[in-house]
Amino acid sequence: MSFNPESMLNSVVKDIPPSGIRKFFDIAAEMKDAISLGVGEPDFVTPWHIRDMGIHSLQKGQTHYTSNKGLKELRQEISNYLKRRFNLTYDALTQSIVTVGGSEAIDLLFRAVIEPGDEVIIPEPSFVCYSPLTRLAGGVPVPLNTKAENNFKITAEELAAAITPKTKVLVLPYPNNPTGGIMTREDLEGIAEVIRKSNILILSDEIYAELTYGRQHCSIAEIDGMYERTVLVSGFSKSYAMTGWRLGYACGHPAIISEMTKVHQYGIMSAPTTAQYAAVEALKNGDADIEAMRDEYDGRRRLIVGGFNAIGLDCFEPEGAFYAFPCIKSTGLSSNDFCEKLLYSKKVAVVPGNAFGASGEGHIRCSYAYSLDSINEALNRIEAFVKENK
Amino acid sequence: MNENKIMEKIVEILHKNCKLSLEQVAAIAGTSTETAATVIDTLEKSGTIMGYGAVVNWEKLATRDKVTAYIELKVTPQRNNGFNRIAQQICQFKEVKSLNLMSGGYDFGVTVEGDSIRDISLFVSEHLAPMESVLSTATHFVLRRFKDDGIIFPMESEDDREVISL
Repeated sequence: MSFNPESMLNSVVKDIPPSGIRKFFDIAAEMKDAISLGVGEPDFVTPWHIRDMGIHSLQKGQTHYTSNKGLKELRQEISNYLKRRFNLTYDALTQSIVTVGGSEAIDLLFRAVIEPGDEVIIPEPSFVCYSPLTRLAGGVPVPLNTKAENNFKITAEELAAAITPKTKVLVLPYPNNPTGGIMTREDLEGIAEVIRKSNILILSDEIYAELTYGRQHCSIAEIDGMYERTVLVSGFSKSYAMTGWRLGYACGHPAIISEMTKVHQYGIMSAPTTAQYAAVEALKNGDADIEAMRDEYDGRRRLIVGGFNAIGLDCFEPEGAFYAFPCIKSTGLSSNDFCEKLLYSKKVAVVPGNAFGASGEGHIRCSYAYSLDSINEALNRIEAFVKENK
Repeated sequence: MNENKIMEKIVEILHKNCKLSLEQVAAIAGTSTETAATVIDTLEKSGTIMGYGAVVNWEKLATRDKVTAYIELKVTPQRNNGFNRIAQQICQFKEVKSLNLMSGGYDFGVTVEGDSIRDISLFVSEHLAPMESVLSTATHFVLRRFKDDGIIFPMESEDDREVISL
């Protein structure tokens, strides 16, 4: 009997599309000489003292597994950090787990709590992992389309309308990739009001919490009654420019964290040891690095937002992350066509907004994790492109 | 943002890249074009901004082969004048690119540039060492520049990120 690998594949996995818009991404990946504003990671290299600590740990021979939940010292520093920066109290031993990036933490949570048929409310546009990970865990993703006129926040009314008896989890992806939208304390109070009347767990993805401009990030875990029902997911990638180290964490109720730890211990064992030692240094002595990078992003943010509005592509002011999400509807092109044409004719790579959910259509995501020169050159080319397409 | 903060911000922006347009500087600093123009004018008039230059990796310029040396200088300070008069004299030499009064084992750190090692040797032996207040010189030639004014030479590696990542 001949073997057919196709017949082996799991139908849920088979149904999941590859992330992003395949055709466009394939073209972009080949255009090495294009100016790109397409990347979702910092352009900064990890600050030297953090890299140095990673190297030092290797020199000392710290090359073994750590405990499943991560180094005790690191978990203690995570607790100290969350207290210091966001006034959140987590017990280092029972309420936190160190993961391979924030994405693993999201996967662990879904697998630890979702039963077949449970619904997960996912505000969109948002980072692309929530829906596939929900489906892999047997859940049903329920997109909640946010609107440009609301600065891509979710509103209490929209949330209330999306809740059903099957709703298990609400994902709160703020500060948001791709829109740069944030939820203020007042916005979160409104959401909490709805959540209090339900039996819903919140996954608060706060990976961009350190990158807010003009106001301090507020976690929903800080809002009255939300602490025990929130699992906070964050990591080192964006705030300390440590994407390649693959290190994140989750904090929440001990009952949930201990179940997440089970899944983690069988699938992963423990997060990379070198990265964990480097992360201890980041949390202990990295506050100034965060501030310097945020300051740099802030200047670029003003430049790119001003640039898009001057070109005539409406761009609301993003208050978080490092993305601008201008509206391109005035060109009459779809997000896909805009990006493909721009790439071919001007060699500028940006990401179609609909890669982040249907409600991103009519927008493009432009990262400002690039040098001022790249941003200026890209803006010049986009301006020429928009003029040619009027 | 208060006035001093904006001023500091604008200096930092221009120090990194003085080719930016006034509009761009204003946007990055988060202020109006008019304010940015006024601030830059003030900075120029007060001598805080003394000029605008490019950061050059001279090694890349084939037609120019300059030699740089760092000289430790011991001098006798003068009554009532301290080190000022001798410093002013040393500054006059076009070969001298920078001059700093130092703490520690010597008095002045002098950066000197010339066309050849011989050129600099002559400058030290015929002009610098014979000066009345100069007690001794120790000349160190620069073999290679790795970092200057915060910029690493040659420029740090190219952007090795993917073209697109979500």
